Amino acid sequence: MKSYLASRFVVLRDQERCIQCRVCVRQCGYDVHAYDSEAGDVFSCDERCVGCHRCVVFCPTQALSVRENPLSYRANANWRPEVMEDVLRQAETGGVLLTGMGNDKPYPIYWDHLVLNASQVTNPSIDPLREPMELTTFLGAKPEAVTLDPETGALATELPPQVPVAVPILFSAMSFGSISLAAQESLARAAAEAGTLFNTGEGGLHRSLHAFGEHAIVQVASGRFGVDPEYLEEGRMVEIKIGQGAKPGIGGHLPGEKVSAEVAATRMIPVGTDALSPAPHHDIYSIEDLRQLIYALKEATQYSKPVGVKIAAVHNVAAIASGIVRAGADYVAIDGLRGATGAAPKVMRDHVGIPIELALAAVDTRLRQEGIRHRVSLIAAGGIRNSADVLKAIALGADAVYIATAALVALGCRVCQMCYAGKCSWGIATQNPYLTRRINPSIGARRLANLLRGWSLEIQEMLGGMGINALESLRGNRLHLRAVGLSESEMRVLGVRPAGE
Amino acid sequence: MSDHDLLSSDPDQEIDAHGVHYRDLNARIRQALQRGPCQRLALRHVCGQRYIGTGLRSHVRIEIHGTPGNDLGAFMDGPTIIVHGNAQDGSGNTLNSGEIIVHGRAGDITGYAMRGGRIFVRDGVGYRAGIHMKEYAARRPVLVIGGTAQPFLGEYMAGGVVLLLGLNLQADEPHPTVHVGTGMHGGVIYVRGAIEDWQLGREVGRAELEEEDRVLVERLVYDFAGHFGGDPQAILRAPFVKLFPLYLRPYGNLYAY
Ligand code: SF4
Ligand code: SF4
Repeated sequence: MKSYLASRFVVLRDQERCIQCRVCVRQCGYDVHAYDSEAGDVFSCDERCVGCHRCVVFCPTQALSVRENPLSYRANANWRPEVMEDVLRQAETGGVLLTGMGNDKPYPIYWDHLVLNASQVTNPSIDPLREPMELTTFLGAKPEAVTLDPETGALATELPPQVPVAVPILFSAMSFGSISLAAQESLARAAAEAGTLFNTGEGGLHRSLHAFGEHAIVQVASGRFGVDPEYLEEGRMVEIKIGQGAKPGIGGHLPGEKVSAEVAATRMIPVGTDALSPAPHHDIYSIEDLRQLIYALKEATQYSKPVGVKIAAVHNVAAIASGIVRAGADYVAIDGLRGATGAAPKVMRDHVGIPIELALAAVDTRLRQEGIRHRVSLIAAGGIRNSADVLKAIALGADAVYIATAALVALGCRVCQMCYAGKCSWGIATQNPYLTRRINPSIGARRLANLLRGWSLEIQEMLGGMGINALESLRGNRLHLRAVGLSESEMRVLGVRPAGE
Repeated sequence: MSDHDLLSSDPDQEIDAHGVHYRDLNARIRQALQRGPCQRLALRHVCGQRYIGTGLRSHVRIEIHGTPGNDLGAFMDGPTIIVHGNAQDGSGNTLNSGEIIVHGRAGDITGYAMRGGRIFVRDGVGYRAGIHMKEYAARRPVLVIGGTAQPFLGEYMAGGVVLLLGLNLQADEPHPTVHVGTGMHGGVIYVRGAIEDWQLGREVGRAELEEEDRVLVERLVYDFAGHFGGDPQAILRAPFVKLFPLYLRPYGNLYAY
């Protein structure tokens, strides 16, 4: 069927600069560039371009640029180009529209309406360059109270398992399968270097990454891929995945063509079959059932490591989180509306769930009201873009945050949203060895560790500016936030006062 | 050595589970295994304790007298568990290797996501037994059910073998189940006795047994009779049908790429 879709991008090649080196031909994962040996020049098929900039960055003479197709439609606030293009794509395929990464719609980004405090005159600021700043965060349930042995002064209370992270920033679940092993290894190495954790997603732990088990959160999802006693033993924490911000309420399908021999070995499934993760865990239909799985995992790991639960932020998130705490989870990870994915139905990604800022505030408030906030750590996920977002999340009540898109951007990702196609020119969201070789895990780890270092320096600066020398003192301290341009009801949910008040 | 010989001799160690919380019971099982070589461990007066043998990596044989609770042998790697009584829900959840032999019936999601090992249930099983069973390399899990199964047997099945014997049915009495193999995309289900097409998931095909199927079924029936008694030849005389996934990728055409 002839496609009625116009090309999204236009590839511009400056013929004066082009030296026909064909770097672009090799770099593009989407076969946009080709070399015409008769004419002796390089040309492009623009309609395949996804705007990932790989060719632009690697062209040695800067001959290339890519721009959005300036094609104009008759202006219509209702029938915008994207709406029409989606209709056309479905008319031509009859399928569910897939997409990658997080929600790209202009929902309010509350981080951008929250501002942080700083000390002036009273409560003087602290200079992090000369004074110690404590960012170490302990993840895990905290006891009701602690008692000390009166003789020795040692701690007499038996603590639930605690996992310290040097920075309150963890790499969110990205499975080997959805991303390449080289990308996952980059995350693992960076987590080890920065003293934090990465998350295996539901793809198992590849044997080459067992050395990084101390820095791994091992996920248990409905498909139970790669989950065996060894996997549970290897990880530092265990995470039950109930939901994901990009696609609350549905499972995942890793298409067979991405199930390479290595992916299959790690998930422990045959090569080339679809890896179907059903929407629900078939042993969980209630909070009591969730408790059963939490304790099955605690039994299996002999109560030696925290067992957490990841959920998508949905309307009743506060009540759900309260149930999860009562079910015995040691941490709850909440993934908001803007959380990313390797593949999700576009309609789910763009229309289901609530923003993380509101969800986080609602959960923290609810758990405090119920007197159970200490029983879990909260990890906020879905749309954390920089160190200010991290700090605002902590002031809203998070113990730590998960980042995924930011980490992939550090590895080159341009958020082209084509991850589901498995052709990522940056070698991230693909299993094609020609493409995955582009990521050298030690360089990838360098980029990621640099990012974490930069953010943690900025966090220290901002904390010092507030006159705070330990992250702990900011946690849930919403007096350090003020709202700009938000409605009364939004401020009520966020528990934040308007700027100037 | 048959089950019978083992039962007539004394176990190496015993634990009286009366009134013991599951956490303590499992800790005592692990202690017992650490204390020294223990090939047979008997648990007496078991009454609903969950997670027995969960995550255990050992080659011990655990004999349970009473009724174990949910998630019996979940994530287990190696042990043999023999239940003299009924088992509840989630037995063999994500089983990696080892055996669970139930002298009675087993509840819902028996063998959920098991990747290896074998489960033999003398009587029937609850809903969604064998759901999301998988297989990998040499590991091919087996679930043998002597009685009948509630709906959704082998749902989402991605590998392994389910054998449903229906020994409690009269000749020609159909299996009282529906939605067998819904979403199935791997593995095989053998059913002894009558099952109609409308009782099967849309993704399921049916076929006569071939030689290699017959060899497999025969071996499993002999093992079943070894555990629970009965005449394997008589069991094998009834007709069997083989259910298999029609598509490796049942949802392959759902999406617009
Ligand atoms: S490399 Fe990326 S930006 Fe360049 S042509 Fe290919 S798809 Fe377009
Ligand atoms: S990971 Fe690759 S395919 Fe996915 S958005 Fe980033 S650049 Fe595009």
